[in-house]
Amino acid sequence: MIRFKVNGKEKTFDGDPDMPLLWYLRDVAQLTGTKYGCGMALCGACTVHQNGAAIRSCTTPMKEVSGAEITTIEGIAPMHPVQKAWMEIRVPQCGYCQTGQIMQAIALLKENKNPSDQDIDTAMAGNLCRCGTYQRIRATIHQAAKETV
Amino acid sequence: MKLIENVSRPVSRRGFLHGALLGGVFVLGARFVPEPLWGAEGDAAASSFEPNLWMSIAEDGTVTIVAHRSEMGCGSRTALPLVVADELDADWSKVKIEQAIGDPKYGSQDTDGSHSVRNNFDLMRQVGATGRAMLITAAAAQWGVSQKDCATEPHFVVHRASGRKLGYGEVAAAAAKLPVPKKEDVPLKIRSQWRYIGKESNSLFDLPEIVTGKAIFGMDATMPGMVYASVEHPPVLGQKIKSYDDKAALKVPGVQKTLTIETFKPPHQFQPLGGVAVIAENTYAAFKGRKSLKIEWDSSPHSVYNSGPFRKTLEATSRQPAKVVRNVGDVDAAFVQSAKTGGKIIEAEYYTPHLAHVSMEPPVAVAEYRNGKVLAWAPTQNPQAVQETIASVLGIKKEDVICHVTLLGGGFGRKSKPDQVAEAAVLSKQLGKPVKVVWSREDDIRFDFFHSVAAMYMKAAVGPDGKPTAWLQRTVYPPINSTFDTSAVYADDEMGLGWNNLPFDIPNHRAENGPADFHVRIGWLRSVANIYHAFAIHSFADELAKAANKDSVQYLLDLIGPPRIVSLDLKGDESEEAKNYPLDTTRLRRVVEIAAEKSGWGKKPMGKGHGMGIAAHRSFLTYVATVVEVEVDSRGQVHIPNVWTAVDAGTIVSPDNIRNQFEGAAVFGTSLALFGEITATNGAIDQSNFHNYQIARMNRAPRHVAVHIVESEAPPAGVGEPGVPPFAPALCNAVFAATGKRVRELPLSKTKLV
Repeated sequence: MIRFKVNGKEKTFDGDPDMPLLWYLRDVAQLTGTKYGCGMALCGACTVHQNGAAIRSCTTPMKEVSGAEITTIEGIAPMHPVQKAWMEIRVPQCGYCQTGQIMQAIALLKENKNPSDQDIDTAMAGNLCRCGTYQRIRATIHQAAKETV
Repeated sequence: MKLIENVSRPVSRRGFLHGALLGGVFVLGARFVPEPLWGAEGDAAASSFEPNLWMSIAEDGTVTIVAHRSEMGCGSRTALPLVVADELDADWSKVKIEQAIGDPKYGSQDTDGSHSVRNNFDLMRQVGATGRAMLITAAAAQWGVSQKDCATEPHFVVHRASGRKLGYGEVAAAAAKLPVPKKEDVPLKIRSQWRYIGKESNSLFDLPEIVTGKAIFGMDATMPGMVYASVEHPPVLGQKIKSYDDKAALKVPGVQKTLTIETFKPPHQFQPLGGVAVIAENTYAAFKGRKSLKIEWDSSPHSVYNSGPFRKTLEATSRQPAKVVRNVGDVDAAFVQSAKTGGKIIEAEYYTPHLAHVSMEPPVAVAEYRNGKVLAWAPTQNPQAVQETIASVLGIKKEDVICHVTLLGGGFGRKSKPDQVAEAAVLSKQLGKPVKVVWSREDDIRFDFFHSVAAMYMKAAVGPDGKPTAWLQRTVYPPINSTFDTSAVYADDEMGLGWNNLPFDIPNHRAENGPADFHVRIGWLRSVANIYHAFAIHSFADELAKAANKDSVQYLLDLIGPPRIVSLDLKGDESEEAKNYPLDTTRLRRVVEIAAEKSGWGKKPMGKGHGMGIAAHRSFLTYVATVVEVEVDSRGQVHIPNVWTAVDAGTIVSPDNIRNQFEGAAVFGTSLALFGEITATNGAIDQSNFHNYQIARMNRAPRHVAVHIVESEAPPAGVGEPGVPPFAPALCNAVFAATGKRVRELPLSKTKLV
């Protein structure tokens, strides 16, 4: 039996310990704000926080989340300053990758209160957006950084 | 906060196969929208009259507007209701949007070809204006005053003289009882009265749900009691199962059983590819079970497909005379004349590979078959194609297929083909319960409807002034029509995609199309054949400019020539369209001039490895010019600090969304120019995920894209696709300016720059 927390709530899991956290969240816990995009940690659509740090849930097996605190987009209090800036700059097009992008951006700003363009590019390079909203994401992170400082 | 009302989760069984929208709160009556509205609107024309088709007003004032086009990131689901709301003079905060199910009564719902706004703008205005006129009539009657003395402000009818007001909800019931006015009796707003159309304040209706993770995409749709399925498809198109062993797969925890899906009978159209489906209690178990399947496939004629040799075949064809698709003057005579008079002949060949769509959400759908009927929820660009495909595959009536449309996690043309929805329906029929089919990224890349591989041959005779006297262009590629007709080798219907409408002022011009066989499924990808056609035409234009030692912008303007309407020999729909949307070089010249001016063209010092390139292309009736600035580093890696794009899309609805579309198009263009390449070996696709089919990441995307929208009162044109075609040639022209290396094939990584 694996014990862990999701968005502050105690959870247990006794299924296949190799099941990636992503599919637990989506198919078992019905938290569908976390998205599947590649299954190989190549696109970042599945990004959630494990003990506050951004991880790719698609390559994190359940056996590795034992004792962990997992936070998904549903556990982020709306409107987080990052979400607010995301709305103001009107970042999304289709929107599918955006929750992963937002989770990555929140983790970045937790570690680096005032990231440079270079810092943002490095932190966000693992999050793909096929619609191509990168320029707005960069601007949004700068704006959110100003608001949270 | 507005909710996405159209997608409930879990999906209720109540109402199964009713699929009725706009139920319950309707107060505007059955004949609210008059029939003539959809009698003569081209693409938007509905085949039959249905009440309450487009909108309703509840007594609490809530206005519900139907979005009959899909939302895949281009903004259609927001833009069309905004137009209705504007003419209705509604308060946007009191508007709900309901997503339509697939139904021919809405006219075409196929959200592709960048035509949602352009084909529905007039109709949506008329819908809103009719509602407004009826609300005014009802309020005037209640007050006992003349309608002429009444006006509206958002969500209220106002009596000018007395200042009395009635909310839309208060008069809706009375308005519902009125006869519907004739189209000619309904005044439309003048442009200066528009509150939403063309305004900066517009934003996506679904924005709050997207940033909080509440938005429901196809990947998120569920049905009670559903199981999950993952399908092992035949690696080569058309292969059938010879035998398979599922013993190991069935031992995987969570796997329930395996089922087979019959391989399609040609032509493949949008039918399922066939294969073995693993049914499981969750997505992961289905994926994992598939890895243990042992399948032997029979042979397919398409296993001869190898990308290297196929390229040689295409290129050989491109060197032979082919089917003429446009002819001006006499190219052959002009080449002979040029040779006699010492003119210069310039030839070049261009090649572009297959591309995959890779929308961030792979194909997915949930469907239930029951009693000869199907209910499906899918991220589809075309719910009517879902109805038709499932009806055809299962042998039922298409009216018995109800398709609800979720938000799409990207589409780019892939999701106008609903093969995965048909898979879900086929499996549900076998299982007797709802099935959710989830494609992995590997499935998505290997079994796409690919953007076609293409070879182009270009030849020009150049006079002493450096301008061409003759221009021959020949394109060869497996046509999209091969999806519907296995004998199709010519791309007849696709010639309007940047090939039979060269807007250059050249006395002798011939465009040709050579034959090519298909070996994989070919389909539309954002801007379609315009991608390779614009690449060849605008790379070649730049080659001629450089050969003439001329400035690329000035040379391009000279090629476009004087302001005029270009005479085109078009047939059918294209000819009809050209009446409202003539090819106007005034507009094309203007976007070139604006892009050049904004970029500081010719005014910035460019050091070693640093350069700018330009291309201008009209597609989907929108005029676009793009200047790309590149820096090529000592390792030959291309960086894109700046892009300037000028856009004339006629009348626009949401300017910020249009900027977003063109910013995105620059990234999409970067992906295909720098990385995009799908290849096949013995008929099977070599690429599988984002490690070997790369798309631009933030650190490789253009750092800054500036989009300049030309103010225009021309009819609305497309915005989702037209930003893509000029990007790759502008980029490659910039690479030439920076390095002196001419790029004649994509992706650019094939050309050694240092």
